[in-house]
Amino acid sequence: MAKDMMPAFELYQPDSLDNALELLSRFGDQSWIVAGGHDSFDWFKDRTKYAQYVIDLNNVNELKGITETSEGIEIGAMTSLTEIELNDVIRQRYSLLSDAVSRVASPQIRHIGTIGGNLNQDARCWYYRYGVDCYRAGGNSCYADTPEGQNREHCLWGASRCVAVSPSDVAPAMVVLEATMVIASANGLREVPAEDYFIGPNIDIERMTVIEPGEVLVSIKIPNTWANAMFYFEKVADRNTWDFPLVNISRAMFIENGVVSRIRMAAGAVECIPRRLSVVEQVVTGSEINDETAELASQAATRGATPLNFNHFKIPLLQNLVKRALRA
Amino acid sequence: MITQPKTSRRNFIKGVIASGAAASSSAYMFGVSGCSNQQVSPGGVERLISLNVNGMTRNVDVLPNETLAMTLRYKLGLTGTKLGCDRGECGACTVLVDGVNLYACSLLTHTARNKQIITIEGLESSDGMLHPVQQAMIDELGPQCGFCTPGQIMSAVALLSNNPNPTRDEVRRALSGNLCRCGAYDHYINAVMLAAERGV
Repeated sequence: MAKDMMPAFELYQPDSLDNALELLSRFGDQSWIVAGGHDSFDWFKDRTKYAQYVIDLNNVNELKGITETSEGIEIGAMTSLTEIELNDVIRQRYSLLSDAVSRVASPQIRHIGTIGGNLNQDARCWYYRYGVDCYRAGGNSCYADTPEGQNREHCLWGASRCVAVSPSDVAPAMVVLEATMVIASANGLREVPAEDYFIGPNIDIERMTVIEPGEVLVSIKIPNTWANAMFYFEKVADRNTWDFPLVNISRAMFIENGVVSRIRMAAGAVECIPRRLSVVEQVVTGSEINDETAELASQAATRGATPLNFNHFKIPLLQNLVKRALRA
Repeated sequence: MITQPKTSRRNFIKGVIASGAAASSSAYMFGVSGCSNQQVSPGGVERLISLNVNGMTRNVDVLPNETLAMTLRYKLGLTGTKLGCDRGECGACTVLVDGVNLYACSLLTHTARNKQIITIEGLESSDGMLHPVQQAMIDELGPQCGFCTPGQIMSAVALLSNNPNPTRDEVRRALSGNLCRCGAYDHYINAVMLAAERGV
């Protein structure tokens, strides 16, 4: 952990998305997009990743801000987490999102950290971060899934050579809210549902989202579908601040005539992607929420989980979070 | 008879330590693993920029890969901003940029152009009177070793400018991005509560 300069790079600060995309296609795989910078600069400082051309999006004002539309709201990818946390519309209609962002990292990081940066952050496996030649780094082994490997924070599902988890507190909330990611490239815009945006190591081990080289996440659309639902967010981490989740849970639910009419639930930090708990949704839809359904749903939630050496505790943890989310 | 050199062992060691310290602190900017001032950047941002620091316009030569903490400490001599982890994990480098508390170690100086930067040195008034938060820190014996104090104070100043009468829990949350290895958290919170009581 040397305290010195980052390796030299050329810095570009475009003031429009078009300029940013042009720089991105000009420099190709030598370029690196910086939003808040908290993930990027750690890679550079630790000399584990390097880019010759850094494109800083902080001056691209068209990517900032929260707007209300007839279909819901649209959040610019460069909007800070603090702005989302304090936004009145989000607090009133999508409090799941304001609750989730309020638990990310620390106040200073939320002030400059962006929603786009949070959703696109890289895996937090410390072996990978340390710069070893693991599968995710293009090598041919996994250091976490070995008899001595420290894998307390790693996955219960979806291991495919790599056992890292999705580290975001916001990503599961986006899956629950059925958000749509708007991605720009030189060829125009494309939209991807949040549930398909995150990808596991079985699809591509070297990245965590569908973002291709030359593409930028520009905004997130949140539909009215779950506006004003009953929301629940809870994050369990070793420390109350700064820390990444051991497990987090997001839930949106509507109750009509005493039974669950609609529910959507997702958990973070148990798989390489936010894990949609469809089985819980199936178990409780149409039922009354009581101890029996909560118990049944929580048992179902961890079906098929394959813990590693040191993360068995995540199974009862997730079960308890499911119960709490249902009873709340 | 051979005359012994006048240098005592003690002074010799002191000399080595002093020159070693000088070398290591300048290595931040000019050392082998850093980058020299001769570095060229053919494209991208201009290097000669003006920064507004503590109400003054400072002209400074800033490398593209330089963080605000580096610029403040090693180019502008404002060493009140501390570097603890240099990874956004401790909060010792907290400064205000446009009134918002940020980690100066994790912000490129070029991103802070055209913004008002306030460091711990900029808090006291022109007649030398300490900021109410600084005075309350002294009166309540807030710090223990003091290394994290500038960062704690900057976070407290940012809080009180938005919320002049915070609850203890709000203070705790506002200072939660500043680590204190002495564990003097309660003392810091006492000091911020006192500053709020006295009015900022």
